[in-house]
Amino acid sequence: MFISMEAVYVYLGLFTVLGSLFTFRDQKNPRRVTSGLFYLLYGITLMLGSIIPPFVMGLLVIVMVIIVGTGGLKVGSYGEASSEERQQNRKRLGNKLLLPALLIPIITILGTTGLKDVKIGDMFILDQKNITLVSLAIATLIALIVGIMMTKSNPMTPVKESRRLLEAIGWAAVLPQMLATLGTIFTSAGVGKVVSDLVSTIIPTHSLFWVVFAYCVGMALFTMIMGNAFAAFPVMTAGIAVPLLIGQFGVDANHLAAIGMFAGYCGTLMTPMAANFNIVPAALLDLKDKNHVIRVQIPTALILLCFNIALLYFISL
Amino acid sequence: MVLIGVAIVIIGFIVRLNPLLVVTVAGLVTGLVAQQSLYDIIEQFGKAFTTNRYMAIFIATLPVIGLLERYGLREQAEAIVSKIKAATAGRIINVYFFIREVAAVFGLTSIGGHAQMVRPLVAPMAEGAAEAKYGKDIPDDVRQKIRAHSAAADNIGVFFGEDVFIAIGAILLMKGFFDQNNIPSDPLKMAMWAIPTAIAALIVHSIRLYMLDRSLDRRLGQSNKKAVGKGE
Repeated sequence: MFISMEAVYVYLGLFTVLGSLFTFRDQKNPRRVTSGLFYLLYGITLMLGSIIPPFVMGLLVIVMVIIVGTGGLKVGSYGEASSEERQQNRKRLGNKLLLPALLIPIITILGTTGLKDVKIGDMFILDQKNITLVSLAIATLIALIVGIMMTKSNPMTPVKESRRLLEAIGWAAVLPQMLATLGTIFTSAGVGKVVSDLVSTIIPTHSLFWVVFAYCVGMALFTMIMGNAFAAFPVMTAGIAVPLLIGQFGVDANHLAAIGMFAGYCGTLMTPMAANFNIVPAALLDLKDKNHVIRVQIPTALILLCFNIALLYFISL
Repeated sequence: MVLIGVAIVIIGFIVRLNPLLVVTVAGLVTGLVAQQSLYDIIEQFGKAFTTNRYMAIFIATLPVIGLLERYGLREQAEAIVSKIKAATAGRIINVYFFIREVAAVFGLTSIGGHAQMVRPLVAPMAEGAAEAKYGKDIPDDVRQKIRAHSAAADNIGVFFGEDVFIAIGAILLMKGFFDQNNIPSDPLKMAMWAIPTAIAALIVHSIRLYMLDRSLDRRLGQSNKKAVGKGE
């Protein structure tokens, strides 16, 4: 293929590494060396992930965690545009400012749907396995070029601005990847099996309602622990749904799969372990409480969890 | 014994230690308890970190959004909305929520997202609507609440919409699981049985966003009256 996912990672890493150079020189950051090192290493893991051997990669990651754990990651200064400057530029550019922002979703969708099967010769243009991500990256690059031309700004400005946003997110940027790592370790250590055994010893297996209840709540709880409904689904379904719901009560697999997965999503809404949905956005939106998004989601999640339990129970009767 | 990792995570989050540190320690301990060697555990860290790099894709949007913010994107988004009389924070978020869920139903999960839509457009528009209604000096905690609701609408919309689309990862995962266990299943039927919950999510969360407006009215309604009085 012409544009691979690796190329996208290099693109991400490039901005991160370039940004870290500014951090190293940022006199107003009290921990500029360790902070700079954090982003430099992060950029390197993105750019060279497929080349660096896994053990070395693991060490780099642990160094990053140590920097965060010892308080070595601090925010600096970014020479932000003043409110007057922003207002002035805004008056000049007006609604044109929205154009690049809207180009991102539009081009992403065009790329995802339109360029899906397009080949030049025998090669697909875009990485088939990651079509949405590659399209998104291309969309942001085009939007960036349009943005630079429109604002007539220095090409270094976007690097500095992305550094400002990335440092506002800080360690939360790395958290989703670490949680995914924890997920693999949990799986290889057999945590799922233990949890599903535990659940199936607690519930009264002769009652359809309580089995449905245990399956849905189990999906939500295990998703909260693992941060990912996809990880919870095989464990809970093999542990509870297949032997009891399908085997004993003859419930249709299609019903319980669809509804069970949604019960898991209710868990996703309530856990900091789903960092890329709950913690990263909180950082991205400058929220003081990193759990604020979760707090807002809990009522909807609980109502929908009850709905899923009731729905699965009534259609299984 | 392997559950000790789960316990570390839960306790760590409760006592509010740095989550990154908590997760790393939980991983190390769980691996050690399961009798894996330190070398293997570190290798797993590296391997999983590499395969999950796609989660860093939001970085791609930062240069554009940052650049546009420098030139007043957020202020422009607020200004546009403040001209629409019927706009309220809850309604703006609700419109976005509706679009996000319906688009996801048709497989267009790439419309929206926190970095590309919520931060630059949705949250500033919702804040702009609140400013237009209650005056420029809305309290900071209200702003925070509006932003958190903007982020939540994005999550809830995409989660409960996408499983109605048959070619999505979740449906393929479930189909694969049942195939392995020799249980007959049909992606089309799974997608169909996702519809009731998708509709329930739409109704429940729309009501909550309507209530958000009501609670903002109750709290800030006083300045609302003043602003209207002055304007007309």
